[in-house]
Amino acid sequence: MSISILKGGLLTTVQDLGRKGYLHQGVVEGGAMDRLALRSANLAVGNEEGAACLEMTLLGPAILFKQASLICVAGKGMTPYMEGKPYPLGAAISVPAGQELTFKTARQGARAYLAIAGGIDVPAVLGSRSTYLRAKLGGFEGRKLEKGDLLPIGKVAEHLAPLLKKADKQGCPLVSNWHVNGSLSDSATLSETVVRALPGSHFSMFTKESQTNVFDMSFTIQNNSDRMGYRLQGEAPLLRETKEELLSEAVTFGTVQVPPDGEPIVLMADRQSTGGYPRMLQVAAVDLPKLAQMRPGDTFSFKKITLEEAQYFYLQQELAMQQRKVGIALKQAEWLAQ
Amino acid sequence: MRGQHLQFYPLSEGALTVSFATGIHDTTNTQIRQLMNDLDKRRFPGYIEAVPSYTGVTIFFDPAHVAGAAMKGSSICEKVECLLRERIGALGESEQASTGKTIAIPVCYGGDYGPDLAAVAAHNHLSVEDVINRHCAGDYLVYMIGFAPGFPFLGGMDPAISAPRRKQPRAVIPAGTVGIAGGQTGVYPLETPGGWQLIGRTPLVLFDPERKQPSLLAPGDRVRFEAISAKTYEHMKEAGR
Repeated sequence: MSISILKGGLLTTVQDLGRKGYLHQGVVEGGAMDRLALRSANLAVGNEEGAACLEMTLLGPAILFKQASLICVAGKGMTPYMEGKPYPLGAAISVPAGQELTFKTARQGARAYLAIAGGIDVPAVLGSRSTYLRAKLGGFEGRKLEKGDLLPIGKVAEHLAPLLKKADKQGCPLVSNWHVNGSLSDSATLSETVVRALPGSHFSMFTKESQTNVFDMSFTIQNNSDRMGYRLQGEAPLLRETKEELLSEAVTFGTVQVPPDGEPIVLMADRQSTGGYPRMLQVAAVDLPKLAQMRPGDTFSFKKITLEEAQYFYLQQELAMQQRKVGIALKQAEWLAQ
Repeated sequence: MRGQHLQFYPLSEGALTVSFATGIHDTTNTQIRQLMNDLDKRRFPGYIEAVPSYTGVTIFFDPAHVAGAAMKGSSICEKVECLLRERIGALGESEQASTGKTIAIPVCYGGDYGPDLAAVAAHNHLSVEDVINRHCAGDYLVYMIGFAPGFPFLGGMDPAISAPRRKQPRAVIPAGTVGIAGGQTGVYPLETPGGWQLIGRTPLVLFDPERKQPSLLAPGDRVRFEAISAKTYEHMKEAGR
């Protein structure tokens, strides 16, 4: 089983939930930027939550399915098309052999995830199939996808086979009447342009004015942002009270570091394992998917919350994810029975 | 190891840092390695991994797992903190720090391999030979691996050859390049951008994902640099392929 890349798109890479256990060797975690979208897409096609998917950025690829496949595109930033017809994000689609998937860029959002039943079966490097571009590590030959690439797909679970056969027989895609693209837990009630964050371990090193400003002003994501970090421009630079050099130590997804120029950087999936700039904020884990969907030029503001609140929201979100998992399994069974 | 001043601060919902000290000390590094060993050997429920630094250790865990685990403490962070306090309290008695290995790193200094060697010498009013001799004379402790896969942060460099970071970082630094930044020295394992002063290059492969331990060096290891000629460098490079 394999899929054929007809057009690579802007930045299409193989990603899973990242490399664990190698940070102390300086190996970045990497993995999907929007992990909820990746997990949801995988569940919709009967995969393990952390199976390898394609992460597609802003301008989607064109893909030919050589065999009948069960797929799901979740996330934001693009609409899937098959043979000229648009399909909903987050739906499971049974695709007959020989069909071509293309994308149209949407007005909002940055990344969509293509999950295929069986998962993308590139070899795991250091326990993960994620592509780490800077070290040319993992994924498909350690690089972004290009025209002509053939990606191996793992074995489809046997119980899904009838669904694939059905679409193949009918000669047109079959789409589920359910989808997994809704937001989870409370994030829906919060404005799209608000990102919750806790004061970081160096928060008190900043001037009183900057400590207030960081939660008052809005920030624009700069063009030189990437999977490693989002560079932000605020209305005023964030300044430190003192200038002493710090010793490097561990940073993580969502750590907001402020270099001497006062323009903060939010560390994202491909962040380095350690950092030496002051850690002013830490983005709440529940809002990382939202941030991962923002593009250069987008504007947002930080809302202060406590660690206890962040942990509570996180647990709520994980609970909702478990419920989604059960819900999808039931819907899948229903779909198969039709 | 009782009675010392430990500091705990959360990095995120799923990470807690414990700090043993504020400066760079050999003794802190021993404690850090003892704790790393202990965490690796006795993984607690929800433990993912730990990252050492010059002064402490950051422990990564799954909050959902810790929340549900039978551990002392009311909040998630408190549970992890209680566990760490107990572990650290018992370290001196039971846990040995792993004895690091000593590794010789052959380096071809200067020329195309170390384009900033002359600048480092000039900055310190030394001859190029002096810089090489002093760099090779040191016995370096690997404090941590970070920044890039396999990149060692080494302590113990002769302050007489320290040099500030370059004002303009280079876009591409070849793998194996040995650099100096302030009082630190290190080796770039992969081709990356970087702002350190480049004084030489080693033919050794510092990071290889195919190896069981991909990083050649680990915290606690000792490093000695040995000067080699360009001919030897090319020879070793060729043999390593």
